[in-house]
Amino acid sequence: MEYKSSELLRFTTAGSVDDGKSTLIGRLLYDSKSIYQDQYDAIKTASEKRGEENVNLALLTDGLKSEREQGITIDVAYRYFSTPKRKFIIADTPGHIQYTRNMVTGASTANVALIIVDARNGVVEQTKRHAIIASLLQIPHLVVCINKMDLVDYSQEIYDQVHDDFESFAAKLDINDVTFIPISALVGDNVVNRSKKTTWYEGPTLIYYLENVHISSDHNFIDVRFPVQSVIRPYNDDFHDYRGYAGRVAGGVLKKGDEVMLLPSGFTSKISKIQGPDGEQEEAFPPQSVTILIEDDIDISRGDMIVRPNNSATVAQDIDLMICWFSSDKSLQLRGKYAVLHTTQEVRCIVKEIKYRLDINTLHRDMENKEINMNEIARITIRTTKPLFVDAYRKNRITGSVIIIDEATNNTVAAGMII
Amino acid sequence: MSYHINHLKELESESIFILREVAAKFENPVLMFSGGKDSILMVHLAYKAFYPAKIPFPLLHVDTGHNFPETIKYRDDLVEKLGLKLIVGSVEEGIKNGLVTEEKGFNAMRNGLQTAILLDELEKGKFDAALGGARRDEEKARAKERFFSHRDEFGQWDPKNQRPELWNLFNNKHQFGEHFRVFPISNWTELDVWQYLAVEQVELPSLYFSHKRKVFKRDGTLLADCEYINKRPEEEVFEEVVRCRTIGDMTCTGVWKSDAATIEDIIKEVSTTRMTERGGRTDDKRSETSMEDRKKHGYF
Repeated sequence: MEYKSSELLRFTTAGSVDDGKSTLIGRLLYDSKSIYQDQYDAIKTASEKRGEENVNLALLTDGLKSEREQGITIDVAYRYFSTPKRKFIIADTPGHIQYTRNMVTGASTANVALIIVDARNGVVEQTKRHAIIASLLQIPHLVVCINKMDLVDYSQEIYDQVHDDFESFAAKLDINDVTFIPISALVGDNVVNRSKKTTWYEGPTLIYYLENVHISSDHNFIDVRFPVQSVIRPYNDDFHDYRGYAGRVAGGVLKKGDEVMLLPSGFTSKISKIQGPDGEQEEAFPPQSVTILIEDDIDISRGDMIVRPNNSATVAQDIDLMICWFSSDKSLQLRGKYAVLHTTQEVRCIVKEIKYRLDINTLHRDMENKEINMNEIARITIRTTKPLFVDAYRKNRITGSVIIIDEATNNTVAAGMII
Repeated sequence: MSYHINHLKELESESIFILREVAAKFENPVLMFSGGKDSILMVHLAYKAFYPAKIPFPLLHVDTGHNFPETIKYRDDLVEKLGLKLIVGSVEEGIKNGLVTEEKGFNAMRNGLQTAILLDELEKGKFDAALGGARRDEEKARAKERFFSHRDEFGQWDPKNQRPELWNLFNNKHQFGEHFRVFPISNWTELDVWQYLAVEQVELPSLYFSHKRKVFKRDGTLLADCEYINKRPEEEVFEEVVRCRTIGDMTCTGVWKSDAATIEDIIKEVSTTRMTERGGRTDDKRSETSMEDRKKHGYF
């Protein structure tokens, strides 16, 4: 059956208010025939109630009452559609500055980011912010959708201007794969169907790009990292001495018979068995969830990590991070204590140093004003109560990421990328 | 060297990861079981996640008393087969005890009453995590749900103040008395569920497959004729070949004219249909944001 071989691609969308993000998603869903009749009827009725002339495709994603009232996206909305080639998960994130944390959220698991630019306004502050976030979060592929081309007479000049402005800004960032597509989400140009009005444009339509961009190397298949989630012990007669380590492979390929090292103990042993969802398997790789059994009886528990003896994660307590601060109530406290989640470990930390605040318009590193408020990006050093088993975020998005939690409110107050 | 897995295996892996996180991070989780295909999928995934150990949490079924008899039989068989503990929260009992009041009128249903019963059971059992089989593609308010969704001490959801959820790091910290709803199959679509159930050859309640049933039409939806629904005089009962696309309580689950007798037929039907599966749910049609309103108060 065809569906058994289809690949999953996660992408996120970002743009400023009124750039037409929700309309673009509505367009993708509508033109790929992923909108159901009753959904279409419901938004048609809702559009009429609001006195709008056209069916407002944005209402498909703006699901919350307050979003419908204000006509803006507040929270990350997840949407799903598929074509015969791929299944897509869209994290539709708000463009407004106060919701930057939601963009970071959507970006954290994305293979591709769509940055939407209003052709009339060109590259604006928000566009730069989004490019920086895409770079910080190491989204492997970036697409700049130059939207509302219908309102600028499908001008190649305007397209070139946005292209050049974005490229000169992106040159300062850590972005390697950028594609530019001129579109009109409202009318449908170059989204699913190729536009007849942009004859000067020879690149792919958006959907063609999404269906074909190479994503199978987005995981790290080289450095073996297996954070232990829990120990499976059946305690019954059939599986008397069974002791399996459950987890999701974060990196590398684990094979039966491989020599492995356990962190933090440093003991070595061999993989005796890999139990997958469908029974025993010979090897395991990201993002599979499996249960690993080893030959020797070694004490392993949640938070430990299985690696290879000659390729270990870094065991560290002093950790350098780039963070995006999320909390609106409190700024980041130097010497402040927080809870930290990293892979399957939970520890506490103290903020040892705030190195600089990154001005995201100029990329200037501000060493003077180091007050870090909501949506701001900073480089900091933390010291944790226990060692973490880390990699640079560039090398592995799973073993390279943390979240920081305010223990007084239990809120997630920052996302951190290990340097 | 090519290492990649198809979308169903990736979704399976993600859900197993989340189920294991729940078992490891919470004191006392429970799996909300409705008897529908999504909760059947949840049990199937949980079985795989902890194999060869038993599923380390009980099932909780909020029984409106208006369930299809097929649902109850399937539930009891499943619990016995896997050796699980089952907790039943009864709306019928709740009405008798005065915890909730029965709705009146033609469109009376017990859907809304389930919330109070559910919250009562969660409190009684001191559950700090309730696993649910809700999916984001089902409904626009559900599209905004987190995997780990925080509920205050009244069981309420605050959609405008949700915790950001990054990578695979789930913040489950909460005050005493608060709890989490966890949705491991958030990223599955209706079609994914059916394709997976087909590949895995999971046994399903007969209601999902086409069968002859006495039905009547209300507001464009076919409803099963049963003693729990007050019919208007002009609502005529007739026999039709139908199946359920979702299974809820008999009073709010629409049935569909369908010849889909096998799971492969269903997949074909689902992939060509122009209506969402909840399109037949009269509980969703009460207002434009009826799901959001119910969810805020603690609905599934």
